[in-house]
Amino acid sequence: MKEPNCQEVAELTATHRIEIRPQEGTGDPQGAAVAHEIAELGISSVSHVRAVRLFFLFGDLSADDARRAGDDLLTDPVTETAYLGSSPGLDGGAVIEVHLKAGVMDPVAASTETAIANMGLAIESVRTARRYELIGDVSPEQCETIARRLLANNAIEEVYFDAYTPPAAQGQSYTLDIVDVPIRDLDDAALEKLSKDNDLFLNLTEMKGIQDYYRRIGREPRDIELETLAQTWSEHCIHKTFRSDVAYEGTPIPGWPQDEWRVRSSEMLADRKDAILASLANAGIYDDSIPRVWDEICRIAEEEFATGEAIVSLSLEEETIGVRVNEREVYGGQWVDMDGKPFVKLRIPDLLKTTIFSVTEQLAKPWCISVFKDNAGVIEFDDKHAICFKVETHNHPSAIDPYGGAATGIGGVVRDPMGTGMGARPVANTDVFCFGPTDMSLDDLPKGVLHPRRVMRGVVAGVRDYGNRMGIPTVNGALYFDEKYLGNPLVYCGTVGLLDRDKCFKHPQAGDAIVCVGGRTGRDGIHGATFSSGELTHEHETEFSHAVQIGNAITEKKMLDVIIQARDAGLYSAITDCGAGGFSSAVGEMGEELGAEVHLERAPLKYAGLSYTEIWISEAQERMVLAVPPENVDRILALCAAEDVEAIVIGHFGTEGRILRLFYDGQVVGELEMEFLHNGLPRPTKEAVYEKADRPSPAPPDRDSYNDVLLKILAAPNVASKEWVIRQYDHEVQGGSAVKPLVGVDGDGPGDAAVVRPVLASRKGVVISCGLNPALGDLDPYQSALHAVDEALRNMIAVGGNLARTALLDNFCWGNCNKPDRMGSLVQAAKACRDAALAFETPFISGKDSLNNEFQTDTGETIAIPPTLLISAISVIDDVGRCVTADAKAAGNYLFILGRTGSLLGGSHVLKVMDLPSGTDVPPVDLAVSREVMEALQQAIEAGAVRSCHDLSEGGLAVAAAEMAFSGGLGVDLDLAAMPDGEPGLPPAALLFAEYAGRFLVEVTPEQHDAFLRIVKSCPFGELGQVTDTGCVVLRSKTQTLIDIPAADAKAAWQQTFNW
Amino acid sequence: MTTPKALVLRAAGTNCDRETEFALEQAGFEARRVHVFRLMDKPELLKDYQFLLIPGGFSYGDDVAAGKILAGQMLQRLAGPLNEFVAAGKCVLGICNGFQVMVKSGLLPWGNVTADQAHRDVTLTWNDSGMFVDKWVRLRCDSDRCVFLPKGEVIDLPIAHGEGKFIVRGGDGDALGRLKGDEQVAVRYVDADGKAAFEGGCPDSNPNGSVEDIAGICDPSGRAMGLMPHPERFVDITHHPQWTRGGVQRADGRLFFDRAFEYLRQG
Repeated sequence: MKEPNCQEVAELTATHRIEIRPQEGTGDPQGAAVAHEIAELGISSVSHVRAVRLFFLFGDLSADDARRAGDDLLTDPVTETAYLGSSPGLDGGAVIEVHLKAGVMDPVAASTETAIANMGLAIESVRTARRYELIGDVSPEQCETIARRLLANNAIEEVYFDAYTPPAAQGQSYTLDIVDVPIRDLDDAALEKLSKDNDLFLNLTEMKGIQDYYRRIGREPRDIELETLAQTWSEHCIHKTFRSDVAYEGTPIPGWPQDEWRVRSSEMLADRKDAILASLANAGIYDDSIPRVWDEICRIAEEEFATGEAIVSLSLEEETIGVRVNEREVYGGQWVDMDGKPFVKLRIPDLLKTTIFSVTEQLAKPWCISVFKDNAGVIEFDDKHAICFKVETHNHPSAIDPYGGAATGIGGVVRDPMGTGMGARPVANTDVFCFGPTDMSLDDLPKGVLHPRRVMRGVVAGVRDYGNRMGIPTVNGALYFDEKYLGNPLVYCGTVGLLDRDKCFKHPQAGDAIVCVGGRTGRDGIHGATFSSGELTHEHETEFSHAVQIGNAITEKKMLDVIIQARDAGLYSAITDCGAGGFSSAVGEMGEELGAEVHLERAPLKYAGLSYTEIWISEAQERMVLAVPPENVDRILALCAAEDVEAIVIGHFGTEGRILRLFYDGQVVGELEMEFLHNGLPRPTKEAVYEKADRPSPAPPDRDSYNDVLLKILAAPNVASKEWVIRQYDHEVQGGSAVKPLVGVDGDGPGDAAVVRPVLASRKGVVISCGLNPALGDLDPYQSALHAVDEALRNMIAVGGNLARTALLDNFCWGNCNKPDRMGSLVQAAKACRDAALAFETPFISGKDSLNNEFQTDTGETIAIPPTLLISAISVIDDVGRCVTADAKAAGNYLFILGRTGSLLGGSHVLKVMDLPSGTDVPPVDLAVSREVMEALQQAIEAGAVRSCHDLSEGGLAVAAAEMAFSGGLGVDLDLAAMPDGEPGLPPAALLFAEYAGRFLVEVTPEQHDAFLRIVKSCPFGELGQVTDTGCVVLRSKTQTLIDIPAADAKAAWQQTFNW
Repeated sequence: MTTPKALVLRAAGTNCDRETEFALEQAGFEARRVHVFRLMDKPELLKDYQFLLIPGGFSYGDDVAAGKILAGQMLQRLAGPLNEFVAAGKCVLGICNGFQVMVKSGLLPWGNVTADQAHRDVTLTWNDSGMFVDKWVRLRCDSDRCVFLPKGEVIDLPIAHGEGKFIVRGGDGDALGRLKGDEQVAVRYVDADGKAAFEGGCPDSNPNGSVEDIAGICDPSGRAMGLMPHPERFVDITHHPQWTRGGVQRADGRLFFDRAFEYLRQG
């Protein structure tokens, strides 16, 4: 606690403290919300809370001036009263004031400053703070708890338990001091220490690569050069783990590797010998067996040459290795290790390229315009427009400051489409969060971890405030809870953008001016790129608080407004965002082929005192970099000035020898070859091990009724209604909403996917959906990834998407992939992505990974997140008027199930709510059948034969049926004996709750019954029953009633969990 | 008669300007989005237009309070031209943040942009829930003076705001009585049966705690109106949350733009 020191402050500068207090009787919802949260903490002695806003005005202002600002600007005269000065202490209560730490961005202060200046007052600066007056008998310890747990974030804020008036914010001056970092003579230990001490997060191989480079060019690096390398080579910026070669050992991966050689003569075969032998070895065939296999290949091939071509193939199938010549087996059988388990050794070159990139290449869809190259993947929308989509994560910053981290997460991903091609206009946002359990007791929290409830409130508020202010509808998302996310909450944010077909590519030119547009550069967010590459520890909260970024959505919105005008006027030749790594990444990427010169002292700063390196790597938000032909510079600067957007020329592209040259006050402070910067990173080989466990789940005991099981699943946090979150997001701004995240007769049922019309004058739409199954990630990463793809596509199809025009995005969040077992499950999941995309013919167009989500507790325990793969799908459809929603429409309509159900329950909710441990028996995804079902359903929806449709996911058929019923305000009556040809004699728990992929529940009118049947007849389907007007959810198996509950009760259970 | 022209005013943080422009064009207007700085530099621009739209969004981030800073700019720099605009028989519609700006600049409720009347008698403050909310509401027009809707009309529109609770200063003067007496209560939140909560309707139909369920008001002339719900977000059948259930016959938000167009075209 700090003592107030008003006297001293007052002498420094003319300071006015203004308190804006709620008037009695007009309501104080902010205060009431805090009181509610205090009660949630278990502190019952606070009867109510008054929330007071504080403004501090600095400058040559009289008390009357300050009063005028208070009364005319800062106060709502109908509901509030302004007081100049400090209120006296409180009788029978306590005061908590929360002030921002010096240097932390304060958007409200900035706007207030401008507004007061507009009143003609001599304001110099403004600070703001929040004051809470707690009425009741509250102890100092309780105050401390309330402040720490609820009101203030230590990383960015300071707490005072009395009236406090801060000094005016002042930066120190900066004197140029160029820093060399001797590296050439360091030994391994000293290199590692250098990396660690400077938070470079570079490993020894990388540090040695840098050392070799500087030895070669015969000098020591400057600090700014090391920072540039660290940023450019960071996990965040270059996906170095995912792009590394992998040495994999463990359970065979179906279908991989697969090699094929077509030969027509002995000579041709001999030419291929080395390649074939290498492939055999690569597939794990023991060295001493290889000559025998080769001889056999030669023998059979010779016979085949007599009749024509011989195709030598090698494939790894379900746990067997197969070497064949024209389908004649040369070598086969299960490949096992010493203990008799299936086992292979593989070398996988460039994991990302081999899996995800290659499938897109192979599918070669003509409607893919730009994939994996730009800030977002771009696909065709219509003749004139393209659509781009990017999903990012902002996990570590959100762990430390949930509000600021999430806000800048959304702010950052919005700049990705803005920086794609020649700039896209953002048209929709998505968000997916993973948190620890929100009902966890405070006592069980590891040290250094914020309570999940607080993390969730902060993250939701951050996305809300930034997305809503930007005017981008947040239309789709998911929430997931698991204890393993305690120290590493996951925050995925996505943005869809619209751009012209002829503006999908950028071409920066030598001689173009480098123009920085938008926000000012400050010390905020320094080391974000490298910080996101490291593991979190309980000490990070303080160590890395400078990596926290505070966003200002309006700065970004203003910037967007002028950029769209400049784009349409054709004033620039390239654009990119200042993401992680700031100018360093933006200029480094855009100037890769050209070289660049940058004068760092020209960058507008939030406050004085930044070193040249800090300016270069600062991750201050809301900045974009444009390459502007010299003749357009004045026009672009004038355009920005007209809307109060800062823009400044900081250098130019194009240097001899593609050099990046950095200046400060005319002196060269750093020089790097673009070639080394972008291609100098040593590509390591990562070790990966994976051994599939084979542990069946217990069979749930049969029961007379499953009513309570259904209610428990509906109330489970991962299933329950997320309306509390969804309603806080503006999901309709921009006027393109066609299918909303909440659907049904009361507008509160679960929607499968969102549909928006990005071009208002057109009927065309985009469907946006997602799939995420962390519960399966630890059990079977391969199947888990298949489930994620299947779920994203299911959700997309369920509302009327077009599978033939659907693209996918991947976002992998994993534990520390320097550990071979994490890397092993990553290999499995990446391979599954490839297999699924190939089967559905849905290319990946963009992706991002975060591969270091582990938390070290103060007791030395490591908590790794479960492997968490988010798949986002985007589909272009011709007419949103054909879309369907999941709510049941009318009694008397028929209900069909599409897709097969089996007996496996691994990872299912039914095990969880019945307190049974899950095995590893995740239901396998049958990709071929799933595609067949989706295509038939798509055809049926397009033909107008479907009234409603809901995908079956968590909680299986029973949950889907209940959701359809209560969303439509109706009942359903289903007989599960009509389930399609799965395994005979499935137990009730599997029929009701198994979570097999590729399934839908579909409502069809009597008039369309036959037409629908004709379309789906080749798929597995079953006619289960009807929609009823009884208001009850009834599921029976022949004569036995398994579930019979009022739909209203099901809805109440589903809604109660997050009724905050 | 030439095509009526509509000016969509935008400022830093305005974000419903494009769809509002689209809704205006759909109704037949020639619409243009104009930045407030440009209008401050050249206030005579207003003379070319018959309809001023102040759209939704978060002007200046709603820092300090919703709409307050843009309202201040209008008071300090545009008071004369705006008052002339209203006096010349033209129309003004403020939607959501635009309504907040109208209330805080004095355009509403008394149709006069002056410092001593601005933001004195009524305000829009934090929803009772303390939270931003996006949901659909049912509204009833209660004014026979408002040019944008016929009295008694019941429509559906979405809201999306955190500070939409309409309240009237207590104590001196009876501002609420005056508003009601002069037919200035333009729209009220009502329940499925068209009944407002204060008339005994379903209490949940009022989404923010507004006094007497008031969702929007007009000035004494009926030509300047502000409301929290968003008419420009319901100009297509597929905007309605229940359109897939069938039975949505009309995009209710179009009424505002169509009626303003008819009114202004007839002069």
